[in-house]
Amino acid sequence: MALGLEAGLGDSVLTTKLDAVVNWGRQYSLWPMVFGTACCAIEFMSAAASQHDISRFGAEVVRFSPRQADLMLVCGTISYKQAPILKRIYEQMPEPKWVVAMGACASSGGIYDNYCTVQGIDTVIPVDVYISGCPPRPEAVLDALIKIQDQIRTESVLVDRNKDFKGILD
Amino acid sequence: MGAKVRVVERKGRTFLEHLYLLEIFKGMWVTLGHLFRNLMDNSRLYVRHYPEVPPEIGPRWRGRHRLTRHEDGTVKCVACFMCQTNCPSNCIMIEAGERHDGKSEKMPVRFDIDLLECIYCGYCVEACPMDAIRMDTGIFSVVSDNRESMVIGLEELLAAPGAFDEDEYQKGAR
Repeated sequence: MALGLEAGLGDSVLTTKLDAVVNWGRQYSLWPMVFGTACCAIEFMSAAASQHDISRFGAEVVRFSPRQADLMLVCGTISYKQAPILKRIYEQMPEPKWVVAMGACASSGGIYDNYCTVQGIDTVIPVDVYISGCPPRPEAVLDALIKIQDQIRTESVLVDRNKDFKGILD
Repeated sequence: MGAKVRVVERKGRTFLEHLYLLEIFKGMWVTLGHLFRNLMDNSRLYVRHYPEVPPEIGPRWRGRHRLTRHEDGTVKCVACFMCQTNCPSNCIMIEAGERHDGKSEKMPVRFDIDLLECIYCGYCVEACPMDAIRMDTGIFSVVSDNRESMVIGLEELLAAPGAFDEDEYQKGAR
């Protein structure tokens, strides 16, 4: 049964909300970019390879240019020397963009509780999903991807994401 | 000059090779073979269908932690701080309190594990003299959208059941 505008336009026209249709497209075409500095990147390769096959979620187009990607996977230890590079690459990504902190090192520093390691990349860039593990299983990467897709579903297209984020480098 | 000159026959001049289409199919033959094989019989796919089909986790796999109990339901942990001392990433935070159930003198009133700091090395399990902390829940993927919820407390650690048979676990522990 058609309601509202659809009732007047007949069977050939469907109406939807802008958020619904754009978010549907964004959910199933995430282009990841791996900021791989340690062993978590190897585990991501396993998630992207044929056994776990990240393309089942529409995210198989792994880009190594930040300008073509919208999902950043930070896989590995980020030192304070690396942090400005991470921030710069994050800023080079076009909006909208999502960040996954994969593994103990990226999310909290892990065992590297010392003077040169960033204690969690959320002090530098906004993070959407954290994955626990050292390194996490490829299944956990897929879980994080599903969580990102769930987040996208609830977001509005018109709202700027993470506008008021202030990190240590801002 | 006495250098030996070897004339290599130039390939790719015939009409079929100029079409490129046949050559592309030749080059993609392995890929096409896999495609047709999977179209005919997709039961032999290499892909693991993860969210629907859970992976096989062995009893020796170090998953998320749990705290065990005695047979009468009391907490095995005696708050000796061995795991906290042995932890290389300082992810365990124990606060000891007085114990009144007659098992020992101390028990934890707070037992927090920061799963984002934890590197799942299993040293806490090896250090524990009471077999109170184990990593046999079979939980292999912990994902969250904020850091606060990744710090799990005493209730959560005690609530998770062991995923494996006791004999199987002991076989792996030995």
